Amino acid sequence: MSILVLAEHHDGQLAGATAHVVAAAQQIGGDIDVLVAGENVGAIAEAAAKLDGVSRVRVADAAVYAHQLAEPMGELLAGLADDYSHVLAVASTTGKNVMPRLAALKDVAQLSEIIAVESADTFKRPIYAGNAIATVQSEDALKVVTVRATAFDAVGETGSAGVEAVEAVVDNALSSFVGEELAESDRPELGAAKVVVSGGRGMGSGDNFKLLEGIADKLGAAIGASRAAVDAGFVPNDMQVGQTGKIVAPELYIAVGISGAIQHLAGMKDSKVIVAINKDEEAPIFQVADYGLVGDLFEILPELESKL
Amino acid sequence: MKVLVAVKRVIDYNVKIRVKPDNSDVDLTNVKMAMNPFCEIAVEEAVRLKERGVATEVVAVTVGPKAAQEQLRTALALGADRAIHVQTDERVESLGAAKALAKVVEEEQPELVILGKQAIDSDNNQTGQMLAALTGRAQGTFASAVEVEGDALKVTREIDGGLQTVSLALPAIVTTDLRLNEPRYAKLPDIMKAKKKPLDVKTPEELGVEVASRLKLVRVEPPAERQGGVKVGSVDELVDKLKNEAKVIS
Repeated sequence: MSILVLAEHHDGQLAGATAHVVAAAQQIGGDIDVLVAGENVGAIAEAAAKLDGVSRVRVADAAVYAHQLAEPMGELLAGLADDYSHVLAVASTTGKNVMPRLAALKDVAQLSEIIAVESADTFKRPIYAGNAIATVQSEDALKVVTVRATAFDAVGETGSAGVEAVEAVVDNALSSFVGEELAESDRPELGAAKVVVSGGRGMGSGDNFKLLEGIADKLGAAIGASRAAVDAGFVPNDMQVGQTGKIVAPELYIAVGISGAIQHLAGMKDSKVIVAINKDEEAPIFQVADYGLVGDLFEILPELESKL
Repeated sequence: MKVLVAVKRVIDYNVKIRVKPDNSDVDLTNVKMAMNPFCEIAVEEAVRLKERGVATEVVAVTVGPKAAQEQLRTALALGADRAIHVQTDERVESLGAAKALAKVVEEEQPELVILGKQAIDSDNNQTGQMLAALTGRAQGTFASAVEVEGDALKVTREIDGGLQTVSLALPAIVTTDLRLNEPRYAKLPDIMKAKKKPLDVKTPEELGVEVASRLKLVRVEPPAERQGGVKVGSVDELVDKLKNEAKVIS
């Protein structure tokens, strides 16, 4: 068996999530190749070569792959897939965009966002917003799989795999990149942070999210939000934690002014320790919280910041 | 342009689901069903394109059991002109649905197909991308804004870290994200009128596609329960517990 892992990268850097996907590949077993596709991705390929368990890094460096658009990436992967029994990618927006296109081109089903490897053809994945866990077996010759990064520990970085170029360059007349608007943040990436502090509708306004910043700074935390807070315009949508936003599983998740709708819980209930701060003692968030504090967040947050 | 919009009948998103005691699947007997929330956004976008004079006809389509016609009628009440039901009792997953939809696309030749980004039951997030691959069309997934510019489609996509804008050659496939729009409610007179709108029923056999899933559902189980937590009385107690009991802060 041999496995191809699609490397996730942004701004010239290999994303940490790739090391988690390699760990999932190791559990499946077999030779592991990593594909780095993009433009000017030499440094990313070098970083991928250091991941433990990787036998070879394949590099597709061409302008057509610059923004990893689904159309050329699907073609590229479909051209390489015949050498492999499994193709894996992180369940990021890039992986979710590209991988089903590959699966359909190869006429195979796809397994989305797996959280455990049972065997080479059987995987566990959450369904119904994480309210049930399905064990699913694929009878297809090629398994196309996206991996929930937070469900697997990252592999180390002591490897030294060989790096070789992939010559295949595909045409893409279907789509083109126009522009990008990225939210700026000095804090850790939401999906990878060890501590996440999230605010909900109870924050009352976007300005009040500043109350979370001091706490996040002291804890080295990322700041998240519920959909209600995003819809109310308090914060941008890439901060959203939940079924339709990001799935996080930090060591500590502090939910402030968040009621705990099932769509939100789907995004954070695998956190190791959950703290809920809410004035409504009946809020469903208290049913999953390890530590709950009932009270006014405008009094509690400044006090918490001063005592950390 | 003609717009095709795909909808799915799923468990209502407010329902707390139960797993069957024999762990074969989720129990859907006597459970409230509804249109998948992302599909509502897809229908809304198609109807708005029609209201702006961009779309000339909106056709709603679903793949599923007979009861899924309720969701097609909802789409008609919201403003779709006619509906197509690919009726099957098989357990259909994304690839099978995409194959059936690809046949409908071949027959109808819509310039734009709009789907939800994912169904809240299987949480797959695959069908739109697969349909794009099968029809050889460009895809604009997780769309938060869609604009027709001549023979191209400008789509703003919600990506990790922000927004990305792409230009797609038409005909194209778009999948909706939550912020694309706020779906309207169906009004009673429109619900009555929708009963008279055309609804074609086809079978996968007629379309010449195999829709049954090739993925075997081995087992479905409830997730591990979290242990019941405690309520603390003060910030001091909270900080103390986090430091000394949970040991997650220092």
